Order: sequence, then structure tokens, then C-alpha cells
Amino acid sequence: MLSMFLKRSVLMLGMLLGLLVITFLISHVTPGDPAALAAGPDATTEMIEQIRTERGFDKPVIQQFFLYAFGILQGDFGTSIHTTHEVFDDIVAFFPATFELVVFSILIAILLGIPLGVISAVTQNSWIDNVIRIVCSSGVGLPMFWLGLMLQLYFGLQLGWFPLGGRLDLMTDPPMTITGLYLIDALLTLNFPVFLEALHHIILPAVALCFPALASIIRVNRAEMLETLTQDYIVNARAQGISVLRIIGLYALKNSILPTLALIGLRFGWMLGGTVLVESVFDWPGIGLYTVQAATASDFEPVMAATLVLGAWFMFANFLIDLLYGWMDPRVLKKG
Amino acid sequence: MTATEQTNEPGWRERHASTIRMARLYARTFRNNGSAMLGLGIITVFLLAVLLGPWIVPYPEDATGAINLANKLQPPSASHWFGTDEVGSDVFTRVVIGARVSLQIGLIVTGIAMFIGVPLGIIAGFVGGWVEEAIMRVTDVFLSVPGLILAIAIAGVLGPGIFNAMLALSLVWWPGYVRLIQAKTLSLKSAIYVDAARSIGAGRLRIVFVHILPNCLSPIIVKGSMDMGMAILGAASLGFLGLGAQPPYPEWGAMISVGRNYLPDWWWYSFFPGMAIFLTVLGFNLLGDGLRDILDPKGRE
Amino acid sequence: MEKPLLEIRDYRLNFNTFDGVYHALDGVNLSVVAGQSLGIVGETGCGKSVTVRNVLGLLPSPPADVISGEILYRGKDLLRVDQKEMQRIRGSEIAMIFQDPMTYLNPVFSIGTQMVDAIMAQQKSLPREQRKNKREARQHAIAMLEKVHLPNPEKQIDRYPHELSGGMRQRVLIAMALSGAPKLLIADEPTTALDVTIQAQILDLIAELVEDMGLSVILITHDLGVVAKICDRVAVMYAGQVVEYGSVDDVFTRPRHPYTEGLLRSIPHPGRPPESLSGIPGFLPNLLSPPKGCRFFERCPKALEKCRETPPRISRPEKGAEALCHLYSEERGDA
Repeated sequence: MLSMFLKRSVLMLGMLLGLLVITFLISHVTPGDPAALAAGPDATTEMIEQIRTERGFDKPVIQQFFLYAFGILQGDFGTSIHTTHEVFDDIVAFFPATFELVVFSILIAILLGIPLGVISAVTQNSWIDNVIRIVCSSGVGLPMFWLGLMLQLYFGLQLGWFPLGGRLDLMTDPPMTITGLYLIDALLTLNFPVFLEALHHIILPAVALCFPALASIIRVNRAEMLETLTQDYIVNARAQGISVLRIIGLYALKNSILPTLALIGLRFGWMLGGTVLVESVFDWPGIGLYTVQAATASDFEPVMAATLVLGAWFMFANFLIDLLYGWMDPRVLKKG
Repeated sequence: MTATEQTNEPGWRERHASTIRMARLYARTFRNNGSAMLGLGIITVFLLAVLLGPWIVPYPEDATGAINLANKLQPPSASHWFGTDEVGSDVFTRVVIGARVSLQIGLIVTGIAMFIGVPLGIIAGFVGGWVEEAIMRVTDVFLSVPGLILAIAIAGVLGPGIFNAMLALSLVWWPGYVRLIQAKTLSLKSAIYVDAARSIGAGRLRIVFVHILPNCLSPIIVKGSMDMGMAILGAASLGFLGLGAQPPYPEWGAMISVGRNYLPDWWWYSFFPGMAIFLTVLGFNLLGDGLRDILDPKGRE
Repeated sequence: MEKPLLEIRDYRLNFNTFDGVYHALDGVNLSVVAGQSLGIVGETGCGKSVTVRNVLGLLPSPPADVISGEILYRGKDLLRVDQKEMQRIRGSEIAMIFQDPMTYLNPVFSIGTQMVDAIMAQQKSLPREQRKNKREARQHAIAMLEKVHLPNPEKQIDRYPHELSGGMRQRVLIAMALSGAPKLLIADEPTTALDVTIQAQILDLIAELVEDMGLSVILITHDLGVVAKICDRVAVMYAGQVVEYGSVDDVFTRPRHPYTEGLLRSIPHPGRPPESLSGIPGFLPNLLSPPKGCRFFERCPKALEKCRETPPRISRPEKGAEALCHLYSEERGDA
């Protein structure tokens, strides 16, 4: 386990370096003038020249990369034009909102997706299975941003069940900042009204964000479950007199959950990309909304920083899933 | 039957008997697959809209944003099936014409992605060694950044616009093909007939073009079909964020991006373009699934 | 005659397949007396495994479709008991071991977890105070592993299936099957997938356990030597029917059915020249449309004219085993 941990860690560090190279290439080796890009659309020639020397755009490419990489390591992501803050500070401020939304959403996807996949497999070809399958086939094609709008329209406006956006009502004070996640902070400070309000606000965006991933988790888990249930070791377990529920819920599930886990890792990328869409639909003050506002204002450095942060987050999530996989499947450990 | 065909004994039918039988089997498998047929149906409607679009829409001039303020924001009716938008253009017309834009996006993005990804995949799988190592590591890095985020970053540098959005998406899309084709090439490389071809002295290029490429075709077709849908979805997402096609260009995502400002009272403005995206992506996905069932049954997720 | 522990009567079973109805079993009759062991032999696809799988209700239906017959275990028809009763019987009354030890253990659980789970499941019907807790179940699992001569059971019990060899895994499966102290063990080609040297060890183990635990065994194999070594009675199956059934002595020394004769001739023997070896020409009939008369007709060297059209009935010659063949009904004149 330890050697696998080290191996994966080294691998992840390599990937992070690769990510840094990509953002460097996009921001420094573009066809246009990178200094002009960094300075923003309204900059004067002098400002551009000042930025050019300040940030080393006039130096050789390799040297530029090292400057860039060391800057990033020290938390220097540049300055945002539209918020006028250091990008680093902005990211720190906006990250918890995105983290809360994404984690809440992936939890919904997993906690609903796996049981529904199992139910669908066990009731194969019944009407339940058919309904689940139809919903899943449609789910993958649903544009998240449009689904978000339609949820707002129906559950928010038509039925009035949920608020239209934001993390809390405008007049509500957020809970004392401990983790920055309103749900957790409200619980920690025993502020239950705010907890419920935050929960109320997060449900629609989380549903919009998780739906495609949920659909694909159900599909894969169903297929894997069906495959597992025909395996010889299931026949043996039955011959031992082990109950059907236990066979499905333990023996077959543990085997079929492994490939599903790999898929969750992949789909996590959809969700991180989707935050940009969902946050801008629901006015969710996170990194996604920040990025879109920056990108449409040609405010370039926040976009690069967000790419780095979300990319690193995706890599880290997959690193964790790799470890979990190794822990659950003894065969992987052996191969390393 | 034409005269030339009659003189040509044995006929085309006889010479290709086995191919025809195989095609029949494929056709039957496909026909028995309900969801694949649904996908095919949706895509057929989509393609009809693409082919006949300018001739069947009621207000062709609205496609590029003709202004008719007298008619603005009309609800769906007999004369405007999907209602009208804020400048009085017919939403139905714009959605139908949008199919052309979407097909164009899908074809260009998947086309470029294949054009970059497939050769790299074959080279990686076939040459091996440090070349493979280098190609695959770069691919891995690209695959480990959420695609939409990277596309936003690239589109952000290039500036908004439909062309830049397609370019950004293509640059994000190719690694998937490298991964797919490299794995396929590796497994083919060890296959018996490639060994046999090598042992009778077939050159490397010949092996690639005669033995490896044709066998990669099935997975490429399957992935291509699915990616058409996903590329359309990606471009629509960029359009929605204001980083892709710019209104009044009849791109579905861009239409929703304007239409959302008119919610909830003028819901049709963003509802119908969204349905169009949804159905098109669904169609390509179901079609891809069905194709996989017949062409590449083992290649499921 | 002693009352049989397990009795299969007039068992007919079809598989509804894509290509039509496959008549897998046609009127199988077998019985096992307590303390005895029965061998079932025959070539691949003759229905040996299918016959015993449903003793524990392990054939998925569809496609399996029981047409007629009963499987009586101590007077209870196993084809018709409810799910709960079947679960009680599995493992604690009747246990089963399978052909391929590589695939019958769950790869993601340790040996111990799987054995303890089986032991816990098998004692569900016991009164609460007699049940073992987890630790006792684990001790019992170790004791069972010791019993099947797995070296170092305390260590091995925490290992995963992929860390054990095929022979070791089969030992584990046997230990697992016997941990509920069943009365009847069904062994479905338990050695086919193993190396020859390991095969002998596993067979010796089974013979030893039969003796030790007073087990009845149904042993399915295509190895006649194994049957001769372990079993008291033997049933020869061909194309979904039992064609000859009797004591091992009778069947092997005075085979009645031409198919059995053929089988015996195809065993290599150190004392005889290899030229005397012969196979049985021809193939199994297609059971999607079984022949009208005797199922062995096409391949039978002694076929009579009536064998083509009329299916034979079981006949009991004075001496020897009962056989499903017109030759003997002829002799006794009771066709």
C-alpha cells in the first residue's frame, strides 16, 4: 500500500508539472501578445510594456517558464482586472462555495447512482428497470445549463419550492467562517436555520450539476452488476446458503463497484467543468462564476488560475480514487 | 437492373455475398435495438433539418437576425411554432437553421480531434519506446484537466467566436482518440495476423494501413458518433457562457444565453433551443451505443 | 433396500434457447443412499452437471425449464421448496464444490471473510444459543482449513484468492463447503481444472473426508478411474439420459450398455497394448431435435432396427446393472 501511495504521488506530481506547462503555453506562448493579454483590453501601450518587463515576457521562453512556475508556487497568480484583487485572494475566497457545491453534488450522484444501478440490474427488464434506463439515456445528453434553467423555471418559479440562486438569501448573514462551507459551518455553530437555508439553496444547482454524472454512474453500475451476477463465485456463494440480499448487497456490489469507481473519477471532470455553467445559471459565487466573468471581460489571469486549480483538483480526486481502488481490490496492490 | 450489371457475371451480389450477409446481420441486430433505432430516427430528423433547412423554414431571413420588432416575443402559435425572440425573429426558423451550425461544429471538432489523435495513437502504439512514453504522458496530462475548463481557457485567449470555440474544443478533444487508438494498436500489434504479415516481410507502413487502421475503424466510428453529440454540447456550453458563437448567430447555446434573460415569461425562447441540443446529443449517443453493440461489443465503458 | 438420502425421479429439463428448445435431460432417475457415494460419468455435454445443479436450485430459470420429475431429499421435493427452505438446505444439508477453483472464489474478499460469511449463513436455522459468533466462526474456519490439509491455515485465512494456487483454492472451497457439516456433498468435476499431481491429492482428500465425516457424495467426472476408486455406485449418462446404473463392480466388470463398453475400451491401461485403445466414433446427437428412437443409435455398434424408431426402456438384467437398451429387454422378452 505504501509503495503504491508513493508511486501514485510521484505520478501526480508529474501530472501537475504537465498541467503547469499547459497553462504556461496557453498564457505565454500564444499567437498574440501575452503581455497585452495579461494587461487586459483597456491597457495603454505603456501599461503593456510595464507588464512585459515586470513579468518577464521579454525573456527567453525557458526562463519565462521558471519565473512562471516559481511565481505559481509562491501563490502569485497575477491580478484580476475585474475584481482588482490578487487572483490568489479571489480564488481562496471563491473556492469553498465551489467545493461545497461539487462535493454535495458528487455525493448525490454516488448515493443515488449506485443503489439505482443495483435496483435496475436486479429488476432487469421490468418496468422499473426500463424507466431508470430511459432516464439515464436521456441524462447524458442533457445540457447542464439548460437543465439548470428549466429547474429554476419549474421548481423555483412555477412551484416556488426552491430559491432561484445564491448560497443564502440576500438578507441572511453567512455562518461564522470555519471551513467556508456554509452547510458545515452552520452545523458546527449549531445555527440550524442557516443550515436549512443553505441546504435549500444548494439542492437545485447540485441536481443540475450531478445529473449527467448520475445517469452515467447508474448505467455503468447496472451493467457491471449484471455481469458480476453471472460469475461463478456468485453461484458458489449461493451454494453456501448465503442469502440473496447479502449476495447482491455485499458480494456482487463490491465487485461491480470497482469499475464504477473508475468511472466516477472520470465523471468528476464533467462536474468540475459543469460548475462553470451551473454557477453562472444559479449565481453561485464560486470559482466557476468568477472564471466566466473574467473570461467574458478578457480578464485573463483568473481564467488561467482557475484552470490550474480545477485541473489540480481533478488530478487529486483521481489520485484518491486510485488509492481507494487499491484498497478495495487486493489484486491491484500486487501489480502496483 | 442496368445492362452493364447484367453482363458482369458473376454479379456484384455474388462477389460480395459475405459482405452482404454481414451487413444484413448488422442491420438486423440494429433494428432489434429499440434505443438505437430511436437514435437513428432523431439523427435522421436532424439531418433532414440540415439538408432542407433553408427551404422548409417559414422565415429564412430570420436565421441571421432579421429585425421585426412588431412581432417580438410572441408566444408559440400557428404562424410561429416556437414563438419569436426579442427582435421578432421566428425561433423555429432559428432552431432549424441551428442544426446546420451544430452539424458543422460536430464534424469539424471531431474531425480535427481524429486527425490529430488517430495518427498519434497509432504511432504511440506501433513504435513504442520513448516515443510512446512521450505521447502518452502528454495525452494523460490533457485528459486530466476537465475538458470544458481547458476549452474556456483556450477560448479566453483566442477571444470569443464560433471559429475559436471550435478550435478550442478540438484542442481539448484529441487526447481521447490517442488513448483509444493506442490501446487498440497495442492489442492488434500482438495479434496473429500482424505477426504473420510481418513474417512474410510486409513493411511497417503496409502493416499500419492494411492491418491496423482498418481494424481501428469500428471504435473510431463509435467514439466519433458519440463525440459528435458531445462536441455540439461543448460548443453550446461555450456559446451559453458567451465564449462561443455570438448572437445573433443561430447557434443553440448562444440563443439560450440571450433567451435566459427573458425567463420566465418568455420561456419558449430558451426552451426550444435547449430541447434541440438535448435531442441531438441524445440521438448521437443512442446511435453510438447501438453502433457499439454491433461493431465493437466488447468495448463498453 | 435402505431408504435413499437423495432420489431423483423422472427428471426432465429443457433450456429455452435462442435456437429453440434444448432437451437437456430426459427422464433421469438416480438415488444416493446415506453413507454411499455415487459417481456420474459421461462425456462433456451429456447433462451430468445440469442434473445436479438444481438439487441446490442453482440453474437460472429462464432459460432452464423443469418439465417433470422430482428431486427428493429426505422426502422433501427440492424442486418445489421455497426460497427460505432452500437457503437452509444449502451448505448445512447439501453442499457443492465446483469444477474451476480459480473462478468460484470471490476475488475481492479474503478467504477468511468468505468462509466466515458462509459459516454464519449456514447456522441461521440453529437456535440462537448454539450459533457461533464471528470469532468462533473464524476458529471453525481455521479448523476446517486444517482438515483439508491447507498448510499454515492461521496465515492463509487472511490471504486473497489470487495469492493461492489452484490446488490450494480447491482445498479452500472444499473446506468452505464442508464447514456447515452437510450430509451430502456434490462434487462437480472437482479436479478437472487441476494439474495431474494435484488431482490425486484432492481425490485422496475427498475420499478421506467421506470416510471421516460419514458423508454421502455425488461425484461428477469423466474419469472412470476416479469413480472406481471412490464410488460405490455409478451412473453412466449419455445425451441427457442415464444409460446404465448400478454398482461400480457390476458396471465396470460386466458393462451392459454398448456406450459403457465403449467408454471402458477408451481408457488406457498399462497392461494392454495401446492398439487395443479405441474411441467411440461419431458425435453427441443435437438435443435441439433429439432422435426419435435410442439417443445412442447413430454411434452404436450393436444397433438393432427397432432402435431407430423406438426409444428403449430401463431393463434390469439378472446380473449386472440396469441399462437403457433394447438389447436386454430383448433377452428378457419384456419389451
